[in-house]
Amino acid sequence: MVHTIWFVVLSAMLAGYAVLDGFDLGVGALHLLVGRNREERAHLIRTIGPVWNGNEVWLIAAGGAMVVAFPSVYAASFSGFYLALMLVLWLLILRGLSLEFRHQIDNALWHDAWDVVFSGSSILLALLFGVAFANVLRGVPLDAQGAFQGSFALMLNPFALLGGVLGVVTLAQHGASWLALKTNGELRDRARRYQRRLWGVTTAAIAAMVAASFVVRPDFTRNFLAAPWLSIVPALAIACVAALRLWMGRDDRRAFLASAGVVATLIGSAAAGLYPRLLPALPGSAHPGLDIYNAASPDGSLRIALGIYLVGMGIVVTYLWRIYRIWRDT
Amino acid sequence: MTSAVIAGRVQFAFTIMFHYLFPILTIGLGVLIGVLKSVEFFGGRTEYGHAARFWARIFAITFGAGVVTGIPMEFQFGTNWARFSHFAGPVVGQTLFMEGVFAFFAESSFLGVFLLGEGRVRPVVHWLSALMVGWGAVLSGYFIVATDAWMQHPVGYQIVGGRAELTSLWALLTNPYLRWQYPHVVAGSIVTGSMVMAGVGAYYLLSKRDEDFGRLSVRVGVIGGLLCSLTSLFPTGSFHAERVSRLQPAKTAAMEGLFETRRGAPMAISGMPDTDAKRLLDPILIPDALSYLMYGTASAPVTGLNDIPPDEQPPVELVYYAYHIMVGLGTIFIALFVLSALALWRGTLFTSKALLWALMLAMPFPYIANEAGWVVAEVGRQPWVVYGLLRTTAATSTNVSGGMTIFTLLGFMGLYLLVGALYTLVFLRIVLQGPNAATTEAHY
Repeated sequence: MVHTIWFVVLSAMLAGYAVLDGFDLGVGALHLLVGRNREERAHLIRTIGPVWNGNEVWLIAAGGAMVVAFPSVYAASFSGFYLALMLVLWLLILRGLSLEFRHQIDNALWHDAWDVVFSGSSILLALLFGVAFANVLRGVPLDAQGAFQGSFALMLNPFALLGGVLGVVTLAQHGASWLALKTNGELRDRARRYQRRLWGVTTAAIAAMVAASFVVRPDFTRNFLAAPWLSIVPALAIACVAALRLWMGRDDRRAFLASAGVVATLIGSAAAGLYPRLLPALPGSAHPGLDIYNAASPDGSLRIALGIYLVGMGIVVTYLWRIYRIWRDT
Repeated sequence: MTSAVIAGRVQFAFTIMFHYLFPILTIGLGVLIGVLKSVEFFGGRTEYGHAARFWARIFAITFGAGVVTGIPMEFQFGTNWARFSHFAGPVVGQTLFMEGVFAFFAESSFLGVFLLGEGRVRPVVHWLSALMVGWGAVLSGYFIVATDAWMQHPVGYQIVGGRAELTSLWALLTNPYLRWQYPHVVAGSIVTGSMVMAGVGAYYLLSKRDEDFGRLSVRVGVIGGLLCSLTSLFPTGSFHAERVSRLQPAKTAAMEGLFETRRGAPMAISGMPDTDAKRLLDPILIPDALSYLMYGTASAPVTGLNDIPPDEQPPVELVYYAYHIMVGLGTIFIALFVLSALALWRGTLFTSKALLWALMLAMPFPYIANEAGWVVAEVGRQPWVVYGLLRTTAATSTNVSGGMTIFTLLGFMGLYLLVGALYTLVFLRIVLQGPNAATTEAHY
């Protein structure tokens, strides 16, 4: 039972990260397209200024949750995808630098340079997160000890590349929804235009990803057949995609919430299909795959950490809600 | 030791020592900014609020650099130290997770409110957000030091199926090792924050500009520095040293360069350990002092390195020198702050060029002292990663080679050179613009 709760908690933390840091990554992806000059670009960055750092904390907290609950998955996936993860770290560092230091010096070339770094690192991060997401769905060649040696040839398979595309377009769309909500006038018109275009691309990418999932993981429907109520998650995803179509260009607040729903339910659907697996093995592996039982911490540790989680996140969500309200009219 | 172990250790040491430069200052400044804002809020002293705004700008860039260099620390547990994560994750994961949930969210979210919210939120909320930022910094340090304390002295666990399981969260959070280690770490951080505050203030006084702000910063810095440099020595430093000597005799022997087990063991003021000849070259010793510190009596025997098996000894020279650098610098800080505080009391500090120059030039040294202290703690723990339970050589990832790590280490070196250069550039720019500069662009 406690294993299942932790699976839900970890999925929720990752979904929280994808929704929250997702929109500021998306702002970065569209930064050079929506902002046409330095003034506009500075304005776009100001919309995420007070919140991006807090959004990134979700990644750190999700990492912490994985260490404490499923240390074997943390160990296997982080060491297996060593170079890819280091690349993620370097991009996160460059992106953080661009947001921290861009506004410190009032010089046109300085701003231009950091604008490109900000946008480039955001796009690459969205791509890498999509690739990682797809590779976890697809599985990795685990050895008998439950470890594997990642390589670019292994990671950059067609399914994973599709995942990368999905990551970029979904988060760009999410970023456009944020910008439509937080800007006015010409900037908002432009953001809405990208939002509309990206809606079609995102919908197509999601459809392609779902179709490909059935090819790569023929057993993906198993959970949904065994527990039909789980289908509510993908049904919600479809509803969110439709709601986004309905509200975008009309009600930016609801459209943004729908867009957040799309991101969250995509991760939720993947989690529902994956359960109880965390890092499946590719066919022919010497290991059956890491799941919430064989990769978990001992029960005592799980229960203590769950108590911490409930108390801690209760406090966090309370003040985050209030803080987001302070920035509501920015 | 394989190249994967060596490269993993060098990469971790490099990334954590570089990272730690920033939290030292955010913990110290976080507390001091909380003090400044409280003086403004309760005493109605607007100049303190004005000073808090300036120091918040320094805090913000430091926090930003700390965040971007901090994420690689957590990641490396998984990438390079997979067997450590597997073994110790169920325990150390608790404190790492708690740092994220209890401290990091608060620090980052309230920093946004503190930096950008003035005028937008009520003064009481702005004051509270300053306190939350400082509290978040101090608390985040607590969870990290608690993680380290468990690696130094494992408590509240049992071994189940070849890995550690937490049996008592309370024991983990009240580890006896932590009791003086954590206050010592916080005191060292506040010394750093105070020295930077006093040093920047001294710069303004010596340059004869923004002198009101300069006097305020020097005053707050000298008082904070005096209190915390004394606290670093006693009680936190001396009691922690006593505790280490009981729990980790090999570390203490290396710190003191003590080779022979003896009664009336001396403390080395200076000298150079010669690990081949197994003696301390050219030493200046205080007779009996080490026995007295550890057991309260000069006749107590203290174990020397000759009686500790070589495969349970840390690298002696590094631990010995790092310890002496820390203690030597700490002593100099106490002297400098005592002299400055006396001059402040007599009203001559703000015109004393010699003391102001000394305060300004002393700014880098608390960083060195803090880093040296951690070298003692971490290198002194070797060859264990979890003391007595898991050797460092058995903690690495089996699927990451030395070559891969050296490649990423070079990448970190290049990137951190950029981080360091940018941070220094912007730090100097903020100081040169001064406390009254209208920030060219609204923050962010």
